[in-house]
Amino acid sequence: MARNKDRKSAEINSSSMADIAFLLLIFFLVTTTIANDKGLSLQLPPKPDDIEQVDIKIKEKNIFKVYVNSADRLLVEGDPLEDVKEIRDMVKEHVLNYGKNPKMSDSPKDAVISFKTDRGTSYDMYISVLNELQGAYYEMYAARVGVTPEEWRELASKTNEPDMKKIYDEGRGMEEDANGKMVSKFPMNISIAEPSKVGGQ
Amino acid sequence: MSKFKKKANTSQEIPTSALPDIIFMLLFFFMVTTVLRETTINVEQKIPDATELRKLQRKSLVSYIYVGKPTTKLQAQFGTEPLIQVNDAFKPVDALQNWVMEERAKLDENEKDQLTVALKVDKEAKMGLINDVQIALREADARKLMYTTIQEIQD
Repeated sequence: MARNKDRKSAEINSSSMADIAFLLLIFFLVTTTIANDKGLSLQLPPKPDDIEQVDIKIKEKNIFKVYVNSADRLLVEGDPLEDVKEIRDMVKEHVLNYGKNPKMSDSPKDAVISFKTDRGTSYDMYISVLNELQGAYYEMYAARVGVTPEEWRELASKTNEPDMKKIYDEGRGMEEDANGKMVSKFPMNISIAEPSKVGGQ
Repeated sequence: MSKFKKKANTSQEIPTSALPDIIFMLLFFFMVTTVLRETTINVEQKIPDATELRKLQRKSLVSYIYVGKPTTKLQAQFGTEPLIQVNDAFKPVDALQNWVMEERAKLDENEKDQLTVALKVDKEAKMGLINDVQIALREADARKLMYTTIQEIQD
């Protein structure tokens, strides 16, 4: 019994360890900004003087025109539109027309989406329209290879993996042209025009 | 009786020796996921939301441009019109070309053409300014662009 009393506690008191760890934890909680590195990706056209000046005639019917004015009002193919979300189906109908409707595109390869804003258009509106335009294309690509649009966007950012790239290229219909260059027969032709100068600045 | 006493002697405390370990695990999680912010953002940022998001391929290739009106503290000095901020300072549009050059110089030789510019723009900014930025980026041949947006919550 006496021996037991002598051996009181040989361990180091570690009850404050949790407090120290808590302090550090709270520090990191406060300083953390969870990085959001997601968004709408876009490839800008090259410098104006780099483009060979070739007059390319695009048939009027192949162009799908979206215009947003300085009051954020939409004009799609000459008609005013209230709901941005309707654009998605209109784009799909236009691109996948294959010459059936004489007012719409001849083939996906010829189809062009022209998106024009005004200097006074808000960025919020610009993003929501661009979101619908790109979304329409992602849905069409995804349907071509039988994946969901979410999976398509996922694999579009993993093109450094060969099997992902294969599906990605298949979806966009990549094929060799006369010069041996790979071109898409289903390109995402979203042309963002120079804004008009009615409103703003 | 003796049997009873022995049972009563057992300790009544909840063992807390595993608590530090649990807290440490949380701590390490946050340490690993933390990205310490390098720049103080001097513009208001209400990022728009969208549904068709794509991830950036590699973070080291990304340079950020912030656009928005100056924060309330700086409004007396800079006004309330949206401005462009890169690395801590407000820059005019014509300075962007040089900035792209500097950013590109930071990358490895074989990655110089892969520079991606992420635009973090306030909802209320106007397209006129954004277009000026885009023209400057085209001039500087930094054509990979990403509009940073937040995932829209769908109902």
